[in-house]
Amino acid sequence: MEATRRGFLTAAGAAMTHHDPHGEDHDDDHQEAPSDLTLRVKALESLLVEKGLVDPAALDALVDTYEHKIGPHYGARVVARAWADPAYRKRLQADAAAAVGELGYAVQHGNLLVVENGPQLHNLVVCTLCSYYPVSILGLPPVWYKSAAYRSRTVIDPRGVLREFGLELAEDVEVRVWDSTADQRYLVLPERPPGSERLGEEALAALVTRDAMIGVAKVKPPHTGGAA
Amino acid sequence: MNGIHDMGGMHGMGPIQYEKNEPVFHARWEARTYALNAAIRPGRKWGIDASRYGIEIIPAADYLRMSYYERWFTRLVEMLAKHGLVTRAEIESGKPAPGSPKATPALTAGMVGRRAASGAPARQAPSSPSRFKVGRRVRARNIHPAGHTRLPRYARGRVGKIARDHGVYAFPDTSVHSLGEKRQHVYSVRFAARELWGESASPRDSVYIDMWEDYLERA
Repeated sequence: MEATRRGFLTAAGAAMTHHDPHGEDHDDDHQEAPSDLTLRVKALESLLVEKGLVDPAALDALVDTYEHKIGPHYGARVVARAWADPAYRKRLQADAAAAVGELGYAVQHGNLLVVENGPQLHNLVVCTLCSYYPVSILGLPPVWYKSAAYRSRTVIDPRGVLREFGLELAEDVEVRVWDSTADQRYLVLPERPPGSERLGEEALAALVTRDAMIGVAKVKPPHTGGAA
Repeated sequence: MNGIHDMGGMHGMGPIQYEKNEPVFHARWEARTYALNAAIRPGRKWGIDASRYGIEIIPAADYLRMSYYERWFTRLVEMLAKHGLVTRAEIESGKPAPGSPKATPALTAGMVGRRAASGAPARQAPSSPSRFKVGRRVRARNIHPAGHTRLPRYARGRVGKIARDHGVYAFPDTSVHSLGEKRQHVYSVRFAARELWGESASPRDSVYIDMWEDYLERA
């Protein structure tokens, strides 16, 4: 059965015609022959477009949305607001989806819980079964989050995983790992770094990284730069 | 199913490969695969649980060899064919069958922005009282369903404590196989790291796992 499936997938690639109605042939590495997957995906796309099942403009809009619009800067604004505004922080703890909505962002495919890091508590998010992630406020997850290495080890050896990310936690710090096995999504509210007391929300948001909102990094103080 | 996707606690998967300034997509086919999946979603005949299961039933050796979006592509082809949106012959030829009806795309470009700004929660209005109160000791059942389940292997038979009631959701184990939604409460259950992994784990640490009521029994 597996051989059969491979067979038709390959055939789909081979049957791909060279005409490209949308002028989307922008492969950078044009000196190399296109990979098998490049051909197979193109073949499927043109078939689905011809059958009226997908609108190529919608595909472009989707790619544009995740490449240029939705990303960790959304979550960073939520974190910065929570740091700057104690009342917002309370609302975020009570009903994160509603509080995120106040900033104009949505929480898709379920619900959101914000877990707060502190001097004695470190939260870390994983999805051992797949790759669930708060996409609507962090964008699409990075490859490492979806990798077998991260998914397998984070629950059994969180401190070892954090060490691999360059974060050494003291033994007396409690570690909580959140395994996203259902439709609940998790966002880590990192600790506000020292030296950021006088920064406004926009400057605070610029310090917050995707990794800190997953829990594999801390937010660095402003003088050393915020980028992980 | 006790599949390769259920990775929690496994060894041998190597170091975490971190890429600085990682792009959202690494190749154009990845972006198009993502978009094709998302564009088909509003008009598809299968739900989110069936989508998850579609990844899980990829044979284990292939699952490990494939990249993330290669799995997505494989699943999409299988689901399209299984639900009759395209035929295997059409996929082979790359052309619609002569005389086949032309559909209307379920997702238009104009809808993309609106959808991104308004997600529909999967949580449903509570229809049943919860069986377990917050603080209650529970045991994850030692069950090994051959079909779809969201109960990870590493928790089965282990004792934890209800930390939070997330509300009522359809039960994936039955809904994916068209055996009914079987709506029930989902809880965040706290398991001490030592309960899961033994004495070598830190006495302070814990893992919180989201679990449907049917995965739990009183302890």
